[in-house]
Amino acid sequence: MKRIVIHEEYCMACRLCEVHCLVAHSSSRDIIKAYRDERDTVMSRVIVEESGPLSFAMQCRQCQDPRCLEACPSGAMHRDPATGAITCDESRCVGCWMCIMVCPAGAVQQSTSGHRVASKCDLCQDADMPACVAHCPNEALTYEEVS
Amino acid sequence: MSITIVGNSAAAVGAIEAIREHDRDVAIQVVTAEGPAIYSRPLISHYVGGEIDQGRLAYRPPSFYEAHNVQALFDEPVTAIDPAGHTITTAKGRVLAYDQLLLAMGGSPIVPPMPGLELEGVVTFATLGDAEAIDRLIGAGRVSHAVVVGGGMIGIKATDALLKRGVRVTMVELAPRILIRALDEQGATMMTELFEGAGVRVLTGNTVAEIVPQDGRIAGVVLQDGQRLDCDLLVFGIGVRPNVALAREAGLDVDRGVVVDRAMRTSDPSIYAAGDVAEAYDLVVDLNRTVAIWPNAYRQGAIAGAQMVGQPRQDQGGIAMNAIEVAGVPCVSIGEGNAEGDGYDVLTRSSPERRQYRRLVLEGNRLVGVILVGNISRAGIYTGLIRHRVDISAHRDSLLSDRLSLLSVPDDYRKHVVRGQGIEV
Repeated sequence: MKRIVIHEEYCMACRLCEVHCLVAHSSSRDIIKAYRDERDTVMSRVIVEESGPLSFAMQCRQCQDPRCLEACPSGAMHRDPATGAITCDESRCVGCWMCIMVCPAGAVQQSTSGHRVASKCDLCQDADMPACVAHCPNEALTYEEVS
Repeated sequence: MSITIVGNSAAAVGAIEAIREHDRDVAIQVVTAEGPAIYSRPLISHYVGGEIDQGRLAYRPPSFYEAHNVQALFDEPVTAIDPAGHTITTAKGRVLAYDQLLLAMGGSPIVPPMPGLELEGVVTFATLGDAEAIDRLIGAGRVSHAVVVGGGMIGIKATDALLKRGVRVTMVELAPRILIRALDEQGATMMTELFEGAGVRVLTGNTVAEIVPQDGRIAGVVLQDGQRLDCDLLVFGIGVRPNVALAREAGLDVDRGVVVDRAMRTSDPSIYAAGDVAEAYDLVVDLNRTVAIWPNAYRQGAIAGAQMVGQPRQDQGGIAMNAIEVAGVPCVSIGEGNAEGDGYDVLTRSSPERRQYRRLVLEGNRLVGVILVGNISRAGIYTGLIRHRVDISAHRDSLLSDRLSLLSVPDDYRKHVVRGQGIEV
């Protein structure tokens, strides 16, 4: 399956990945409306880590043997049978935060949507390429077939 | 070749999914004392609390067994194991042959023996049946005051759920403080204050000595110190004891749980054990011990399942951990978060006014335990550092920051996590 590859040496911490992740997961899918009307209820699933010259954009690493999947008692965290992507079915999540407790990348967050659910990267399942990768101006994120 | 699995919760599901990943054909038989629903026990508190309906307790869909080509026998407790004859016997008198057997029958709630346990309004907090009984009593308007016995994870979850339903609760814990196995004194004090702020009466160093009956129902309890409390619901949330009786009778090596090696194999090479019944390796304390938590159960089941179909897979060891919430404030305890004394180095940061507390426990250069109250953001970064025994001596201060990130960990380890490949063995 394809994964997002992080190249920290190219990241400039412009945070456009965060902006476009948020937009891609908004109802309007419109950058103006998402920031104007939905800012409190939609969040980026990618986190830019930045300290001095070092920065990189971190999202779910799609572990081959995912800790979140085994820790999830609701069955919400699952591997999509078609694409192989690890995603959270928010309609089944109860917000017990076991996934947050076990993810070594810290890539699962408490959703700010007002619903008590876990929020994580879903690889933009309905798009050809994840929004963070598509909008990275410096190819600090790439989408590649990695065995 | 046939595989028989006793039990139908996390460890059993982990085993079935791992077996079918490698082998579409091997015969799998599940024998369970419970009904066909594969439901999530950790979620019953959310159901009792009114956050989810009963349908959402389903851990896997009703089609799971059929979709995985598993033959299942429900409502049929196993009564004996014969390792020499490779058979198990069920309560319905059936004798079933196995080539390989997985014991995944979990644990049972601990209930101190006393008269009155059979009364209406006296329950444990472990199964769907327990949750339904509590829900029914509350729904019928028959619960105004509940006594919860146990201030550990189970008692906490029961109390928080009852609070959400508007029930007045008194929590009784025998130890000097609640959550004694997960939290240190400061963390436990914060959680106690949160409960008290929500109207819960927390009594420590005390327990229920006697049940007071009235017309076939509970009317109250008498505590160890002699005081009497009126109540219409008594919940035993003390803990679980591994269901080891059959394994012991069968002559398997049994300690507190059924002792297993890193492949989840018991002292009999054809019999495996996983989940709450198993006494498996804990990498933090470097010993085998029983730790009744969901992540360990699923993983141990998956390891046993892979082993049984000839896919060698070793357990790297579990970590005791749990996440709870009291009055809307989350709390996470990982590994030896409550450790203190010689040999440990403890770093803390607290801001009681924001209801936040962070406690890191180091042993030498390694992190061995964490307690977080309030801000649990990115807690798994700590779990990874504990699991991979990373030398964090140069990162102590940044790891204690409220803004925990992957910038707080050593470069080599960060690159390993960021790369994402083979993070987990």
